[in-house]
Amino acid sequence: MSEIVDILISASFWAAVLRIASPLIFATMGELICERAGVLNLGIEGIMVIGAFSGWIAVYSGLPLWGGVAVAMLAGMGFGALHAVLTVPFGLSQHVVGIGITLLATSSAYYAYRLSLPQVTSPPRIEPFQPVQIPGLSDLPFVGPALFSQTPLTYFAFLTVLVVALVLYRTPLGLALRAVGENPGAVEAQGLSVTALRMGAVIFGSGLMAVGGAFLTISAFSSFFFEMVNGRGWICIALVVFGAWSPSRALLGALLFAAFDALQIRLQQTGFGTLVPYQVFLMIPYVLSILALILMSRRANVPAALMVPYNRGER
Amino acid sequence: MALAAVAQGDPVLRLSGITKRFGALVANDSISFDLARGEVMALLGENGAGKTTLMNILFGHYSADSGEVEVFGHPLPPGQPGAALRAGVGMVHQHFTLADNMSVLDNILLGTEPFWKLGIGRAAARARVAALAQDFGLWVDPDAVVAGLSVGERQRVEILKALYRDAKILILDEPTAVLTPQETDALFVTLRRAVALGLSVIFISHKLHEVMAISARVLVLRHGRLVGTVATAETDRHRLAEMMVGAEITPPAPSRATPGAPLLVLDRVSTAPQGQRPGLREVSLSLRAGQITGLAGVSGNGQGALADLLSGLVSPRQGRFEIAGQEVAQWSPRAAIAAQIGRIPEDRHRTGTIADFTLTENAILETYGNRPHSRDGWMNWRAAQRWTENLIALYDVRCPGPGTRIRLLSGGNMQKLILGRVLEEAPKVILANQPVRGLDIGAVTYVQNQLLAARDAGAAVLLISEDLDEILTLSDVIHVISEGRLSPGFPRGTMKPADLGQWMAGQGFDHAA
Repeated sequence: MSEIVDILISASFWAAVLRIASPLIFATMGELICERAGVLNLGIEGIMVIGAFSGWIAVYSGLPLWGGVAVAMLAGMGFGALHAVLTVPFGLSQHVVGIGITLLATSSAYYAYRLSLPQVTSPPRIEPFQPVQIPGLSDLPFVGPALFSQTPLTYFAFLTVLVVALVLYRTPLGLALRAVGENPGAVEAQGLSVTALRMGAVIFGSGLMAVGGAFLTISAFSSFFFEMVNGRGWICIALVVFGAWSPSRALLGALLFAAFDALQIRLQQTGFGTLVPYQVFLMIPYVLSILALILMSRRANVPAALMVPYNRGER
Repeated sequence: MALAAVAQGDPVLRLSGITKRFGALVANDSISFDLARGEVMALLGENGAGKTTLMNILFGHYSADSGEVEVFGHPLPPGQPGAALRAGVGMVHQHFTLADNMSVLDNILLGTEPFWKLGIGRAAARARVAALAQDFGLWVDPDAVVAGLSVGERQRVEILKALYRDAKILILDEPTAVLTPQETDALFVTLRRAVALGLSVIFISHKLHEVMAISARVLVLRHGRLVGTVATAETDRHRLAEMMVGAEITPPAPSRATPGAPLLVLDRVSTAPQGQRPGLREVSLSLRAGQITGLAGVSGNGQGALADLLSGLVSPRQGRFEIAGQEVAQWSPRAAIAAQIGRIPEDRHRTGTIADFTLTENAILETYGNRPHSRDGWMNWRAAQRWTENLIALYDVRCPGPGTRIRLLSGGNMQKLILGRVLEEAPKVILANQPVRGLDIGAVTYVQNQLLAARDAGAAVLLISEDLDEILTLSDVIHVISEGRLSPGFPRGTMKPADLGQWMAGQGFDHAA
């Protein structure tokens, strides 16, 4: 027990929580925007892979780091546009399209990787984002190293939550987005375009997912590996449900998951960790997430028109 | 001509030559009309006559194949609800277009402001909505979440949405279909205020007495064609009905019943409440052969519990339940079918049929396990199809064939198939729960006459309806249900609507108990 307390009071643990949470936050916000507009985007896992790859390869080929972020975002928006066209105007099954996009985007990334680097045995490294100290805040004892010694993308992730929440709840655009996920008929009857709103949400949301993927390569690991996204996209789908489609609660969910993840890594190195197979520790965040989901999602407010394609003129 | 007498000045709206086809079906066939300022014009027609299609074209949900819409002298670009709204056309849809978990105010504000703007102008909107509510008698709490509103309140929100956008022409698509009589009266007050303030109203309905009550002029549509335009003052319900149907209408005139033995008897039966819906409380009822027993009552007072009990979905918690003189021991839907209880369910879409199944599959839903539909566990589709073709012919089900998915049928034809499915099994007891709700006049008359014929053939019929006129016309004995309690049976002709209304409001039970 004291081992857990020791972990929890170390600043490096909290720094790790924010770092692990960052890609989840981006992708969860992306998915949340799609779902609030009524489209389930199961392409998330593949879009994160394409974001991780394209951001990294752009930086490897000489673009600045922020250029890599932009390239990742554009690549994600490209696949998002494909998803949007198939699910919104064509009204195809969102499950089938989403899984298809994940398979297509993942394989495209792996194929492009092999094409661009046919000879290497171990993936080349890039110079990733470095932690940025915020004057004043970073010098605070404990809080400074724990919260304010992060890479720019982590700060950006938290900013994204703020912007998404502001747009959703404080602008007419957000009102329209939430309405189109509740009852697209209401949106059309008020003279707005259901197609434009939903497609816009899916494309922009997919861009954010790709930035989440890019965080892994150009902020965390500095290389691109196969399987590096490793189910994070699926976790984000669960986090949206966990957060009851609210940005702030989804953020909380991402932090909670990251905390369990950071905890299990550290627990493996304790005396306790030698007694228990490490796979048990790997399971902890997932098991706890499932438990939290069961508890939280009972009173969830699912967007009423989620996964319901809207065909104009049909009732 | 009558038209000239009512339409004065320049028309606010002019439709010319509107034609719309869906595949082979001509939904609107070259329809033209003008709407005057301050006029309530009714658009009358049976289900499927093309009323809603026409209004959806006007509002921009559909584009017409040919024809033009002019609002205040300017042509309206087709297929753009936004353009219709800006031109001053507001539509109150039959199926409300509200986002349920948003507030009334947000629903009204949706789409009225530029997207990229920090802050939603709720304060100014609140004041405006309050003023409109005052002017038009449309009170509703602007901060209430739509999900918690009654149907009448939701409709007021829909009207407010249109008024908030300065609609000068209000289209109401079957606005009274979901309203109680009191709510309908309130709606009419609002509409009269609106026309007094210079708005024009198009009122879509197939209910004749409402059309007579509210409109100045009636346009009648039949099979997509405009078959006539008459001033309301110069016509009557009977003539409108004939124009609408295209044939003479003869309402059912039941002969005297000759009641036989009780076939189904409830003796102080109680059932458990189901969620919000009350259960039965010591209900005693006897359904006799050759008699229609009517059940009147305000919706949600235990009609559902009684219907579920007779359908086999619910078992009695207390009391004695007898069928054909035998006390019922094991009760289930299967047992109800075995006891020859024919069931016409309240909601033909949800519980009466399976939308994506064919007519044949729907026709044998209860009897698929019996010969000739199946044998030794194998389906005999050929026999099932012959059976269905027979039903289609006997009960005048208009459809392309037995292999059609039932979702493609109109409500009336769907109900005729259900009716045939029930009656062809020659049931001893018939549970008819809202059998004519939402049907047009022709289908209503047909279904009611079939129920009377079944009665005369010796069936015991329980008719559940919220329409007092229907209950009074068809029933030989009337019971009233209120909060799960059942009144004594009143023979035909002994009760006036007002008397029944008192029982419906719950008065009388204490003395009777």
